[in-house]
Amino acid sequence: MSTVDPGTRDSQAREDESATADLSTQPKSDLPGAVVGLGLTGWLRWMWRQLTSMRTALLLLFLLAIGSIPGSILPQEPVQPSEVTRYIADNPGIGEFFDAIGFFNVFSAPWYVAIYLLLLVSLVGCIVPRTRLHWKAMRSTPPKAPSRLSRLAESSSWTADSTPPAPQDVLNEAAEELKGKRWRVHITDFDGTTGAVSAEKGYLRETGNLIFHVALLVLLLAVALGGMFGWRGQALVIEDESFSNTVTQYDSFNAGRLVDAGNLPPFSLTLDEFTATYQEEGDQQGAPRTFEADVTFRDNPDATSAQQRVEVNSPLVVDGAKAFLVGHGYAPVVEVRNAQGLVVYDAPTVFLQTDGNFTSNGVVKLPDADPQLGFQALFLPTAAVDEVRGPISMFPALNDPAIFLSAWEGDLGLDDGIPQSVYRMDTAGMTDLGIKAIRLGESWEIPGGRGTVSLTGVKQYAVFDVAYDPARFYALAGSIFALLGLMLSLFVPRRRVFVRVTRRHAGSPAGQGAAGAHIEVAGLSRTDEAGLKPAVEEITAVVKKIVPPIGESTTEPVDNTTADRVDDTGVSTTGRTGEEQRPDA
Amino acid sequence: MSVNESLAQLSNGLVYSSMLVYAGSLVLFASSFASSRPFAEVEAEQQARAKAGDTAADLTATSATTSAPVNSKMTSGTSRTAVSAAGSSTSGSFTSGSSTSGTAALARGSGDDRELPPGRKAGNMAMSLMWLATLLLAVGVAARGFSAGRVPWGNMYEFSISSALAVSIVFLLLSLRRDLRWLGMFVVGAVLLTLGAAVTILYTDSAQLVPALKSFWLVIHVLAAIICAGAFTVGAGFTVAYLIRERAEKKAVASGTAVKGWFSTRIPGADRLDASAYRINAFVFPLWTFAVIAGAIWAEDAWGRYWGWDPKETWAFITWVIYAGYLHARATAGWRGRKAAIIGLMGFVSFLINYFGVNFFATGLHSYAGVS
Repeated sequence: MSTVDPGTRDSQAREDESATADLSTQPKSDLPGAVVGLGLTGWLRWMWRQLTSMRTALLLLFLLAIGSIPGSILPQEPVQPSEVTRYIADNPGIGEFFDAIGFFNVFSAPWYVAIYLLLLVSLVGCIVPRTRLHWKAMRSTPPKAPSRLSRLAESSSWTADSTPPAPQDVLNEAAEELKGKRWRVHITDFDGTTGAVSAEKGYLRETGNLIFHVALLVLLLAVALGGMFGWRGQALVIEDESFSNTVTQYDSFNAGRLVDAGNLPPFSLTLDEFTATYQEEGDQQGAPRTFEADVTFRDNPDATSAQQRVEVNSPLVVDGAKAFLVGHGYAPVVEVRNAQGLVVYDAPTVFLQTDGNFTSNGVVKLPDADPQLGFQALFLPTAAVDEVRGPISMFPALNDPAIFLSAWEGDLGLDDGIPQSVYRMDTAGMTDLGIKAIRLGESWEIPGGRGTVSLTGVKQYAVFDVAYDPARFYALAGSIFALLGLMLSLFVPRRRVFVRVTRRHAGSPAGQGAAGAHIEVAGLSRTDEAGLKPAVEEITAVVKKIVPPIGESTTEPVDNTTADRVDDTGVSTTGRTGEEQRPDA
Repeated sequence: MSVNESLAQLSNGLVYSSMLVYAGSLVLFASSFASSRPFAEVEAEQQARAKAGDTAADLTATSATTSAPVNSKMTSGTSRTAVSAAGSSTSGSFTSGSSTSGTAALARGSGDDRELPPGRKAGNMAMSLMWLATLLLAVGVAARGFSAGRVPWGNMYEFSISSALAVSIVFLLLSLRRDLRWLGMFVVGAVLLTLGAAVTILYTDSAQLVPALKSFWLVIHVLAAIICAGAFTVGAGFTVAYLIRERAEKKAVASGTAVKGWFSTRIPGADRLDASAYRINAFVFPLWTFAVIAGAIWAEDAWGRYWGWDPKETWAFITWVIYAGYLHARATAGWRGRKAAIIGLMGFVSFLINYFGVNFFATGLHSYAGVS
């Protein structure tokens, strides 16, 4: 390679640096040695730079991950409030502590919110300058080719005849070829001694990176908006009964801050029938196979009614909300007659399952009796009595329904002023009247002449989650764009390729040996990639077609391995393999 | 739809037999690894042979191709240390050189009937056995699917055997491009562990799905997760090897000697291991993102909310964040290399918790273990 005279060495060095350096749009503050000023603005600027640096982003990501762990191990308030209460009751000391630091509601806890808000700020603070830099880069031309192409990661060189094509034509043709392959090209014209083509490609990588991070912002915004404008509720509906979409009819209801709970979409539905099937045999006996809830619904009181089968993966879509089938159970129809034989209670009573075979607990309260009467009951769809565990259901379907009743008499505590669960009865202060198990169709004479209780039928109930989230499509769009941006930012290679033509004169110090043009092709990549070598080899082959090495005609197939490595004497030496030495260019 | 019992039996039989073949392959990988000579020696030998062979070929005017392209400066950009100069093969020429010089040696014939280096025969046999075992396992998994008339990943048992298959396939596909025999022990070990757990603790008869899983999304979401399982596992293998090798190279540089260590000398150089690990993790990260998004779309359809911080969702998120941290670390000055690799390993541990731990230790909407 021609020697460079000392006068131009500095500018060459600077050129080389800029040519090989600026493929990164990483903020300079991340590089060691960034200078910081003092004074208030100086300190503020320093803090801002720290917040938006990669190191801080790493730390925040890490904290976000670790902070999510308790949310996955401990029961969480919004999902399982009863479990939370039970945990604190069972583990008083540590339970109180966890509660105080927000471990039972991690994802709304102040410290968790702080972490992702800081990440958000860091994100925005990083996106804005990088977008500016990228915008500038997108509009700029590739830098001039460095003088020492041999120093680049991938390079090759050869000598060609000085006769046609002329050096400038070589450069022009090379530039055209590269443009054809969608490189952005810049030609430094041949000045009598040397000329070069610089090409750059892969701007889409940074574009993808920015798209990904902006899309994350959009996603987070959509989640926040959905939380503010959305609502959810859970409703239990027994067969043949109805539900209307008002807050009072929900068993539990959560709404965002900006929701007008008095103005929910006025749909209503009736559960006509609920059917479930289960695995009959095998080691998965009792596992559920199908759940079907047949409902009749209408979007509003004036609309016509329609029917639909709601299943687990196919919700009911009404105007303004969706209803999802999330659970089911049994509601045995209990009939109680008083001592005179009059019916005082006759209704399907919701029982809650306690195991996979629907052994269910329930309570029947008769506050109008005097003295008040109550039954704690265990309902078994397929009844059996186990020696160890007692009465238990053996299969979830109604193969042999029975109910185990425990009668109590006394004060139910309903007038104490404290709300009671409809599924639980406090028997403190009540008298135990006796226990009995009855099957479907049977009756029991309640001891003490209080009357009779019978199991006249069994109905099922379905549990629906009704939800409304207006921002969910934006969340989806955000995540899809994030995915696309991510793929671009990881798979599009950012590269620069240079082609340099230098005239050699026979006998001159610059070109020892043959007269002619010395061609160099080199490339560098911003990223860790295996594809740089084949890419540079491809460009080399293209340029070799334009200006083949001495001793080869254009019709010969280009073969890198047998092609020549030109050493200082200009003689090609084939077969010298595995050598990593290069002539000192 | 009833279950085809004979296909289910066939599936079990094939899974067991694949385990046997994997075990054989593991033994051979181990023996190959133990008896192999350090990479540096092998490479030097092959270069010498290639030189001699090429000269001979020149004289006889046959094509003297070795696959070491002469024009490119290999990875000399990264071979800055004396260690690398001592031959800790960071170049792609090692692998291609080894296989082609092997075949070139055979092609040159004429009295050059040199034997394969020690351990190479066992390594080749191990690879063949692994192909066979993977084939058996693939047919076994397919049979399980056909027996129930659905995709073979509806419970933890099926999910585990499918993941083991994915690990194996990813390894074999990568091994087509470069020599990964040294990684064989780790990969086959992971596969056998998974299969072992599957057939003992997790086993359940072939049956229909619970209603929540009867959705088209089962194919998309869980398949993506299974492929990620395969890729993350192989990536973790590279990462562990990198950590060991990087320490050995640091020691060597500090003491000015060549790389020492029984394990370290038999695996490729640290730079190449790091690059390979990065490529795998960077390739599979978008797929993991897609798996999480697909899960969210399915959750919206099934449970009415696309994200509810269910334990499985939370751990999938944690895994995603940690791998995102890994990618950020590799782009941050001072965090590349060892620190990034450790983050990558933590991501893999988080993935294992997401995959195994949650189904067993946490109750949530994702409890489809099928294990009582």
